Amino acid sequence: MKTKSIEEKLAVNKYDIDREVHIRLQEDICERCDRRPCLYACPAECFKLLENHITFSYEGCLECGSCRIVCEEGAIDWTLPRGGFGICYQYG
Amino acid sequence: MQGFDAIVVGAGPAGCACGYTLAKSGLKTLLVERGKFPGAKNMWGGVYYGPALNRLFPGFWEEAPVERYILRHRFSLLTQDSSFSAEFTSKRFSDPPYNSFSLLRSKFDRWFASKVEQAGAIVASGLQTDDLLWKGNQVTGIKAGGDELPSSVVVACDGVNSLLIEKAGLQKNSSPRDFKLGIKEVIQIPRNLIEQRFNLAGEEGIAWEFIGPFTRGLPGGAFIYTNKESLSLGIVVQLSALAKNNVRANDLLEEFKNHPAVESLLVDGQLVEYSSHLIPVSAKAMMPELFTDGFLVAGDAAAFLLATGLTLEGANFAIASGIAAAETVIRAKQIGDFSRNSLSDYLNLLKQSFVLKDLKTFKKAPHFLENPRLYRQYPELVCDLAEKIFTHQGRPRKKIWKQLRESMDGKISFWQIIRDLMRMKGAL
Repeated sequence: MKTKSIEEKLAVNKYDIDREVHIRLQEDICERCDRRPCLYACPAECFKLLENHITFSYEGCLECGSCRIVCEEGAIDWTLPRGGFGICYQYG
Repeated sequence: MQGFDAIVVGAGPAGCACGYTLAKSGLKTLLVERGKFPGAKNMWGGVYYGPALNRLFPGFWEEAPVERYILRHRFSLLTQDSSFSAEFTSKRFSDPPYNSFSLLRSKFDRWFASKVEQAGAIVASGLQTDDLLWKGNQVTGIKAGGDELPSSVVVACDGVNSLLIEKAGLQKNSSPRDFKLGIKEVIQIPRNLIEQRFNLAGEEGIAWEFIGPFTRGLPGGAFIYTNKESLSLGIVVQLSALAKNNVRANDLLEEFKNHPAVESLLVDGQLVEYSSHLIPVSAKAMMPELFTDGFLVAGDAAAFLLATGLTLEGANFAIASGIAAAETVIRAKQIGDFSRNSLSDYLNLLKQSFVLKDLKTFKKAPHFLENPRLYRQYPELVCDLAEKIFTHQGRPRKKIWKQLRESMDGKISFWQIIRDLMRMKGAL
């Protein structure tokens, strides 16, 4: 099988994307963080480093909670999408 | 407003088993699920070992959406360009009640929740539980979707990321080391190709586990399970190790898929889903408090999962703990007491069943399985020795013992092997 990028993989998933953002970062804490485990722990690679700033996009989130566990700085306000929204596995 | 006897949050195996048992005995039960339908948020590797479910629904495979019964269990150690495999199969695996099945959760959980509904419970999907209701120190229901839903007891089956445990003020004991990250691809492949490539016929299936260089020495492994017309393929790696070593799980998955022993199995496959989930692997060491006044915890939320290296077993523990929680609630209802004291029966039931017995027996296993030699040195040693044994160099052979010493040279000592065996004896 041809290697697929993470974006191509997420594109086959079914989502019902909420207008409300369910995970927020406290950017001042992220600025001070030098380990940045979120960049590697997130299996959907929702965390990106842009010009030394951590950015997060919630649309591809698989709601696994990895970022919540690895961020020990307390920078991630982690909740779940509203009922019925977010990832909707067809196989699982 | 007349309340429920019990509200069960989360329609996975724990919540469905709990809701089913409660409704069957006539309690007014609400099963709440945040996904659009039960199963929409759930994934796993994909093999279920049947005993707990078979007790609840004898002969469940006749009506449940199972994929294939597992006839063969294969285990492979990989190096960059070689592999060493062992396989176990038994005639008993192909006869009812079978030993295990491959299953896809999105279909399976929907079926399970439909059984809960048939038993008389209300199943509310697409409903997020936002908070708990309280009367003093007693949990008295939930807040969900802007409504207050009163209930004598709330059973939290809301999974590995349980937010209700925190809302209930129960002590959590986990750290990042206690979790593995599982990521999975479901790859569609025509049925006849699956059967050719994996040497299967009819409804037969294979469960295949791998350890190898694709995890780059991090604790973890990979799996391939055959479904009817797809493969469940994924890796499981310690979450803290990924973050510490700046490694992305998806990169490891791609390395695994490109291994010569795996690549040819996937030709003409089409990716239809990419999913991920956390696995609580430290069992006893990470277990939260399990109950308080009007509140119980079951399944992954309670970290009821057994990891022995070759198996990761959560669903039986989820189902058994869900049933134990339901039995506790049924008794509490009979005596009209939902206090912490009354619900402490739950702990006794779990201690009597395999749930807490197994987790106690294997309580040292999680630490043992963090040993990096299991993921690099041992697979290399076995493959290197096998290559020497199976290859003719065109010159006189050495004794196998001597070849083993050569394979070990500079990589691992007898002392380390003995120490690891002693640790294994304690852990497994």
